[in-house]
Amino acid sequence: MSDATADPRFRRKPPKRPIRLSWADERIRGIVWQILVVGIIGSIIWWLWSNTVHNLEVRRIATGFGFLNREAGLPIAESLISYEPTDTYFRALVVGVLNTLKVAVVGIVLATFLGTAIGIARLSKNFLVSKIAAFYVEVIRDLPLLLQLLFWYTIMQGLPGPRQAMQPIEGVFLSNRGFKVPALVWEPAHTAALVACIAGIVLTWLYARSARAKQMADGQPRKIWPAAIALILGLPVLTWQVMGAPWQVDWPALRGFNFRGGMSISPEYAALLIGLVTYTAGFIAEVVRAGILSVNLGQWEAAQALGLRHGQLLRLIVLPQALRVIIPPMTSNYLNLTKNSSLAVAIGYQDIVSIANTTLNQTGQAIEGIAIIMLVYLTISLSISLFMNWYNAKIALVER
Amino acid sequence: MHQISRPGFLRAIGAAMIAAAVAMPAAAQQPAAGGSSPTMDAIRARGTLICGVNTGLAGFAQPDSQGVWRGFDVDYCRAVAIALFNDPDKVRYVPTTAQNRFTALQSGEVDMLARNTTWTLSRDTSLGFDFPAITFYDGQGFMVKASLGVRSASELNGATICVQPGTTTEQNLTDWARANRIQFQPVVIERLEEVVNAYLAGRCDAYTTDVSGLAATRSVQPRPAEHVILPDVISKEPLGPAVRHGDQRFADLVRWIHFGLVTAEELGLTSQNIGQAAGDARPDVQRLIGRTGDLGRMLGVDNAFMVNIVTRLGNYGQMFERSLTPIGIQRGPNALWPAAGGLQYAPPFR
Ligand SMILES: N[C@@H](CCC(=O)N[C@@H](CS)C(=O)NCC(=O)O)C(=O)O
Repeated sequence: MSDATADPRFRRKPPKRPIRLSWADERIRGIVWQILVVGIIGSIIWWLWSNTVHNLEVRRIATGFGFLNREAGLPIAESLISYEPTDTYFRALVVGVLNTLKVAVVGIVLATFLGTAIGIARLSKNFLVSKIAAFYVEVIRDLPLLLQLLFWYTIMQGLPGPRQAMQPIEGVFLSNRGFKVPALVWEPAHTAALVACIAGIVLTWLYARSARAKQMADGQPRKIWPAAIALILGLPVLTWQVMGAPWQVDWPALRGFNFRGGMSISPEYAALLIGLVTYTAGFIAEVVRAGILSVNLGQWEAAQALGLRHGQLLRLIVLPQALRVIIPPMTSNYLNLTKNSSLAVAIGYQDIVSIANTTLNQTGQAIEGIAIIMLVYLTISLSISLFMNWYNAKIALVER
Repeated sequence: MHQISRPGFLRAIGAAMIAAAVAMPAAAQQPAAGGSSPTMDAIRARGTLICGVNTGLAGFAQPDSQGVWRGFDVDYCRAVAIALFNDPDKVRYVPTTAQNRFTALQSGEVDMLARNTTWTLSRDTSLGFDFPAITFYDGQGFMVKASLGVRSASELNGATICVQPGTTTEQNLTDWARANRIQFQPVVIERLEEVVNAYLAGRCDAYTTDVSGLAATRSVQPRPAEHVILPDVISKEPLGPAVRHGDQRFADLVRWIHFGLVTAEELGLTSQNIGQAAGDARPDVQRLIGRTGDLGRMLGVDNAFMVNIVTRLGNYGQMFERSLTPIGIQRGPNALWPAAGGLQYAPPFR
């Protein structure tokens, strides 16, 4: 994008002309119009604002954000941070934001994988595979998302009760209370191993970069995978071993009404995640398909003629060109998934909209509540857009 | 690339306009200064009362098979329409959920709520409402499946409990759990239908709301006997209509319609006999039917408003019997004081 301003055609400036104070001068006209438009919009906003403030006052409706420090008293079913009903509305709202992020981030990752797989499947030479993929895309995109979410939630509720829970594998329980799986009792050694794994990924990346630089210099390709396995898998295992290899598992068990222990995925979260992923994947599949089809057949043939292997062909020739087409619409799909997650209220997943709505209901401060929801979505959406724009600029073909 | 972030922006602007709209219609209705009632003026000018009711709760507010709204709360909307227009059908019903009812009233989308709403201090003050009367004394309870074998709420430790957000119910639930050291897993779903479905499907061990709401929900189940309402009542839920703060004249009208209905029951005036009440020499009766006292005029309506209301809807007791007795709700605290030892008691209608 910054290349556009570097275009020599735009760098040339028109010759300077003295400004004439006359309606005939287009620059004067432009300035006058702009002042007028800003003035009108400004006064509309001011009018709305003062009217609102006045009306809230006569109605004795509370205003301001003071309620954020008050005790919330609302029950929240699942939370990534510790939360008690005695905590403040502020903390409750933070829990809501984290719940939104939890479904959006996982949803975006899964939808990208599923969508890409289906997009590629739709291009498959196998008749059955491509027809099934096409059918999937059509059906998923034609049904309203809300309906799909309710469908998944009904399925979740159709599972047997906790006392008759299904147990497909030892220690894993499926019931209408959600999925229960054994959990590792977390120790510092596990945190250390996680850090080691991340360090391993970074080191592998650095190693691959230097290997490529060397290949550029001497034309010798170098094997990366042995180093990658050693760094990404070996390093964490070693760290964990050194720190005493703790391995204690917390098994879920039925006690009283519900399961205790282990890790759980609630039916609400599962239904929302499955619904959002399968729905968005239908759109992503089409984006991926269009991206791959956009690469000229000649490019494939030329790459084959050069003797590139299939993997290399995809990685070096097709994908870089397809991605240019794929990334912009992909960004919209990511934004859509995030915003669609607000349908969570319908199936009882407490995201930011659900918690802000309840806050707004209890405090009566609708304007503040909606402002908070807007701010949260705006921040998340802008972050996604900025990241995708950065990525798009990075992979853009450098035209020479 | 900037066009990509724009849809997000547009949505945000759209939402901002909704937020503004929440406060905007207020501009049209300044609160009453002394004599006039902006709400009554607006209703008269429009020709219909807009009444916020439940989305569907048997006995309180539910459309029948012909699509006509029926129920105890709905009758209060009708009564106001009769007082203003002498026509019970000049009402437009707006179904509201527990969550969105208050914005509907604040924004002026509805003139009043007649929708099992609990009178609390914060709703009365910081939400900007007034609660003219308590039409139904209630409390919060729990319903479980009979097959669960639970006898009392104290046995619910560790249970999953279904609850609707935006209610006093959810706050009472957390208070009760804390006070009684009970651990519970909440399932919080916005739409009544979906919460009830979740409870029926076994997603929750118990469903909690006002006891009247539990009775209403149980009454529409194919086999009501499969569900038990536990004896514990964990809160006070004085239910009644709500109006916007600042329009005292309208609040007065709604309040005295309720007291008029209770007074009619006290005096033994029913839909069958109020037509012949002109011959009843008791001064209280003469005032209620508007032959003396000019009381209707003081409220800004016809002096015969209570006759019109009771003729069509009956007195408080008849309204109760028509809507609530069939779903198994007893008069209990809603019996008359002092005659029947209940809490329903009207200040002097004079
Ligand atoms: N009285 C309580 C609860 C009232 C309430 O909304 N109850 C629920 C359950 S019975 C209800 O009527 N929901 C109907 C709906 O949201 O459509 C309050 O005012 O907060």
